[in-house]
Parts: sequence; C-alpha cells; structure tokens
Amino acid sequence: MRMSLVATALVALPLLAACTQNADTGSSAGSGDEADPRALVVDSSADACALSSTEAPAGTLTFDVTNSGDQVTEFYLLGEDGLRIVAEVENIGPSISRALTVNAPAGTYVTACKPGMTGEGIRGEFTVTESDEAVAVNADEQELVDQAEANYAAYVEDQSAQLLEKTQEFVELYKTGDDDAARALYPVARTHWERIETVAESFGDLDPMMDAREADLEPGQKWTGWHLIEKDLWPQRAEDYTALTDRQRATYADNLLANTVELDSRVQELTYTVDAIANGSRGLLEEVATGKVTGEEEYWSRTDLWDFQANVDGAKVAWEGVQPIVEAKDADLADQLSSRFDELQALLDEQREGDGFVSYDDLTPEQVKDLSDAVNALSEPLSRLTAAVLS
Amino acid sequence: MLADDRAELVDLLERWTLAAEQMTAGQPAGTGAVDGDVRLPPDDTGEALDLPASGLSITFGFGPSLFRDGEGTDRFGIADRQPDALRELPHFPGDILDPARSGGDLCIQACADDPQVAVHAVRNLARIGFGTVSVRWSQLGFGRTSTTSTSQSTPRNLFGFKDGTANVKAEEGAALNEHVWVGDDAGAGWLAGGSYLVARRITMTIEVWDRQPLGDQESFVGRTKGTGAPLSGGEEMTEPDFDMPGSNDQPVIPTDAHVRIVHPDAHGGVRMLRRGYNFVDGSNALGGLDAGLFFIAYVRDPGTHFVPVQLAMSKNDALTEYLKVTGSALFAVPPGAGPGEHVGQSLFA
Repeated sequence: MRMSLVATALVALPLLAACTQNADTGSSAGSGDEADPRALVVDSSADACALSSTEAPAGTLTFDVTNSGDQVTEFYLLGEDGLRIVAEVENIGPSISRALTVNAPAGTYVTACKPGMTGEGIRGEFTVTESDEAVAVNADEQELVDQAEANYAAYVEDQSAQLLEKTQEFVELYKTGDDDAARALYPVARTHWERIETVAESFGDLDPMMDAREADLEPGQKWTGWHLIEKDLWPQRAEDYTALTDRQRATYADNLLANTVELDSRVQELTYTVDAIANGSRGLLEEVATGKVTGEEEYWSRTDLWDFQANVDGAKVAWEGVQPIVEAKDADLADQLSSRFDELQALLDEQREGDGFVSYDDLTPEQVKDLSDAVNALSEPLSRLTAAVLS
Repeated sequence: MLADDRAELVDLLERWTLAAEQMTAGQPAGTGAVDGDVRLPPDDTGEALDLPASGLSITFGFGPSLFRDGEGTDRFGIADRQPDALRELPHFPGDILDPARSGGDLCIQACADDPQVAVHAVRNLARIGFGTVSVRWSQLGFGRTSTTSTSQSTPRNLFGFKDGTANVKAEEGAALNEHVWVGDDAGAGWLAGGSYLVARRITMTIEVWDRQPLGDQESFVGRTKGTGAPLSGGEEMTEPDFDMPGSNDQPVIPTDAHVRIVHPDAHGGVRMLRRGYNFVDGSNALGGLDAGLFFIAYVRDPGTHFVPVQLAMSKNDALTEYLKVTGSALFAVPPGAGPGEHVGQSLFA
C-alpha cells in the first residue's frame, strides 16, 4: 500500500487571448467610450491628470484610471469644496489601470490625481449634469456614517468587556477543577469572542496565542489559548491524551486571561470606518463558511453552532449599522440581505437546545448542507455590501 | 511496496523502464492492445490507441519510506544510501493532511498534452506493478499552472491568476543547475544529476475566494489579475519593486502579498521548478468544488529550496486564508536512465 501515482495531464488548448480588446487597456486619455458618456478615461501621468471629459450626465459613472507615470498614484472625486471625498481609488502602480464606479448626482465636483501620493494632487473641475437617471441623494449620509461608526465601536467595546468578564469566570472554574461548570461556560464565553472575531484577529500577535487550533501551529510554536483548554476539558476524541496538571492548568488559564485583558485594553483604542464595518460583516460570514459550518473550529467540544450563531450575530450587527446607508443607495440589496439573514437565522433556530445549541455531531449531513447553502446565499449579496456602502 | 525483496524492486523498475520507453515513444505497452493471443488479456489497456505520444513524460521518484519503513526497517538494503535531505516534510501551519493522500515509497508523475495519454501511462504502469506494489493515492490534474519554457504563455490557476511567472524555465541552464539538479558534489552519490519532487495537494476554498473584491484578490497575490503585472507596475515579466511606496504609508505591494512572501529575494535567491496542475475532484459534501492546485516542485534540496519558503507562506501569506493543504509527499528523483539502464540504476549499483 505504498506507491503513489501522480497522473497529471496538460490539456493543450490555444489561449484565446487578445481576440477582443479589453476596455481596461485603453491607455490614452480622450478615448472614452463614445457610446457611453458615463464611462470616463483618466490618464494620471507624472505631471498631468487628463480626463476624457470633464462633464458627464448624472448616474453611475465609471472612471478608468491608468497610471502613465513612474510612481504610485491615486485618483479622487471630491465635492465642490475640494475636501469631501466622494470616491477614491488608491494604490495604482505605474502602467496599471483601476476602475472606480460612483453614483454621482448633478453638481460641481473636483477631480484629483495624486502621483506620488503627496500634496493635494493635480486638480480639475468636473461637472455632473442633470439627467433622467435617478441618483439617490441622502442629505444626512454623513450623519448616518457617523452614527454607524460610533455604534459599532460601542458594540465591540461591550462584547470585549463581556468576553473579559466571562473569561475571568471561566478560568476560575477551570483552575479550581469545576470542569462541568467550565464546560458549560466555555461556549458562552467564546460567543463574545466570535461576535468580534474579525476585530480580535486584527491583532496578529494576540490571535494565535488565544485562538490557535493545534493544526495552525508552526514547528516550535507553543500552543496556548482557548482550544488547548478545550481539548483538556473534552479529551474524548484525543488519542493517548494526558490531562494537564493543576499547575499547567493555572499557567494556561492565567495566560488566556492576561491576553484577554490586553485585547480589551487595545480594543478601546480602535475606531472603525463604514467600509471596515461592512468588510467585517463579510469576514464573519467567511469564518462561518470555512470553520464553523464544517465543524472544524470546536473540534473537541463540538460547540461549533454557538460560534456559528455568534459570527452571525456580529455580522448582523455590522450589517444593521450600515443598513440605513445602503437602503438609500441600493434598496434591492438591502432587502435581499435582510431576508437572507432571517432565513439563515430560522435554520439556526431549529438547532437550539436550552440556552444554546445541539452538538455539531447531532446534525445530519442534510442539515449541515442546508446551513451551508444558507451561508452561501447570504454571503453572495454580502460580498457586494462594502461597494454599496461606498458608492 | 508490497514486496520486501530487493531483486523484486529492481525487476519492477526494469519493467517500468521498458514500458515507459514504449509509451513515451507513442507505442503501446508490452505486446500491445490488439496484437496478442486472443485467449489472453492484452498487455496494453488500449485507450491510447490512435493517439500520438502527446509529449508524454514519465518521472519516477523514491520516497523516504523506501529506504526505511515506518519501523525503521531497511527492506531493500539501501538505508545507508538515503540522502540526508530525503526526510518526511515537517508539519506546516494550515496542513490538514489526509494520510490517504500523502507519502508513499515510490511515485510516478506522468504528464502529457492529452489527459487520456497520461492516465493511460499511469494505468498501465500500475497494472505492471500489481503484486509488487499497490496504489496508495493518485491525483489527476489539468491545465498546467506554471510555464516551464519561455515559449509558453503563463497559464492561470483556479484563483484566476497567472501562476508560475517566475518559474525556472527549461532555457535557463545555469538556474537549473543551481536550483533544480542535485549536483555531483561529494555526498550526492547515486542522486547526482537527479532532483527532489515535492508534491502538495492544495485545496482552495473556491467559493469564499470568489466573493473577494478584485482589489483584495490582487492585494493578496501582489499582481494584477488581468496581465499579471506586479502591483508596482510594468508588465507580467517586470520584476516587482517591493520598496515602492503605496497609499496609506504602506508599500504598493502589501507586506503579506504572495509574490513578496515567496519571492527568491526573501529566501536567499532560491528558486523552484514547478510542474503543478489544477485539479477538480468533483464537489464536497457541502456542494463546494473539491478543487485547487496540485503543487509539484523540483528542487535540488528541499531543506533549502522548499521548507523555508513553505513555512514563510504558511505563516505570513495572505493567500493561506483561502488554502488548505490536504496531501503532501517528498520523493528523490533519480537521474535519467541511459540506454540499456533502468530507472534508479545508480541507487542499486
């Protein structure tokens, strides 16, 4: 039983490249699509910012920005005051093109290319004329943005505080050997972690110390954190497992608590932009898709559905924070997201038991598939959320 | 290996060498598919009849366990000839290896322009080996993911990106000697002129990847999706400028971009010859594609040319968020067999 056969086959098909000219490759200013006055071409060179037109009808405008200079450039569409950023595209390397799509109501704007990313850039006036295409205008958008950002920061701080409180309780139970109570509290405490998982993960030093699974370790790396304690509390699936001593328990418990204190203190400093909030919502659903619905996250305790719910909670809070902004800009997307969150929640509710959820092992393959399908159904529109918020 | 007899192993290698010579020349194995005694099953299985050789190449390799099995037993009297670099690969973060898709005493890589020809080769070689060997795992790939010659355009992997832009090419004689072939320096022994084959079955979380914004996908890779140019600009073959400043006081090629993490500049100049392929093994239980990249690299020393690069990738590469390594193996590939020789003859000399 020891031979491996590696059969690989190359299918030789001629590459059908370059048969049609890709619109993105248009490099010279002035060659904008004649048929579409809303498709604009921008040539950002070392000393000029040339637009194919400085006027367009209101609606969904596309700026196809090509960098013909030799430094990284940025392109901005600014409000009439030259300060408010309506839309921007960053990090355009030399000879690279980037498309920027923006819903622009009629008005006077300022365009700016910023080769070298310094100063106020090479500016010009840009006019959006009245047209038949309706563009949603939300006069209070800045207010909505400010509110969303403040609310989300408060949510993260609250979850972090609850995580700290529950972790204190948990490590005490674990250290004193009250394993039944520790097992009961484990998924409850982790709920607060999972709700803000994308934020917690942004601390690249703390995350591996607190949430690494055994398979995540690199050679020589010491395993600490939640999942090590999880294995010690639920060793049934482990082979030849040696239970931790009281002294080892205390060491790992104190380490987890110290890192949670550190996390909580760092969270107080964080602020969130609306696009970061929208990305966080998408990111939490990705966590569900890659770790929870597959039963990989809580390998020992099988409490994956608690984490699943917590990720969905966090994603939903983030979504609801930006929902008023999106409703004004893309009502269909807003409706779809609301109903898909509800559909996923209804499926999760079927697996509730007491204050929590059934074990992952109690799910039938069909139930797992149904949950996965609902995650996919939600994740697809969610992947368009950030762009909608920024549009 | 089922057998633990040295003569049987050598005999198998002789029979494989003969069949490989026939098939790479576009001939059927043995007495052919239709020319034999009607009372006997044909020597050749027949599905490559009427097809050309299709550029078929067959490469054989020897795994660490051929030299010492799981109990450390030297079944074939070759333990003292095991190269130092031929050891089980270490565990890398993100490895979720399936033992049934990993390891092995021997390996065969068959590549052809037509998958039917490649599968025909593997099928017939496996058949020749029944009783002496048995198949532990196999992997069918399609659409090569790296150029191996400057005459080829760079193909795309299942993330939709060009892959293998900086691969060692057949035309780069000096680079092949430096990075791919085991030299004839002291200690190389029987493997002089050979190489090491690293195989990694890298599963991609396709559906999650497909939901990443274009700008994010390009940031993870460090290249544009269209032309494959580095984000620091130019054309596909332009060298990346890792120091070029970008927006928000970050380099334009992000610090965790794939092209930066695995670039030879970050690893003392080491390069690999990649001969990988895309794979799709149907769908998984959740309806997602069971798909990814069957990574195959040839290097002169896995300890210097593969392990550090893989470790850096596992730890720091933005792409790993969308990858799971589900199979892994390392083999020593003996030098090519000359006329009248069998594959691996130098090992048993």
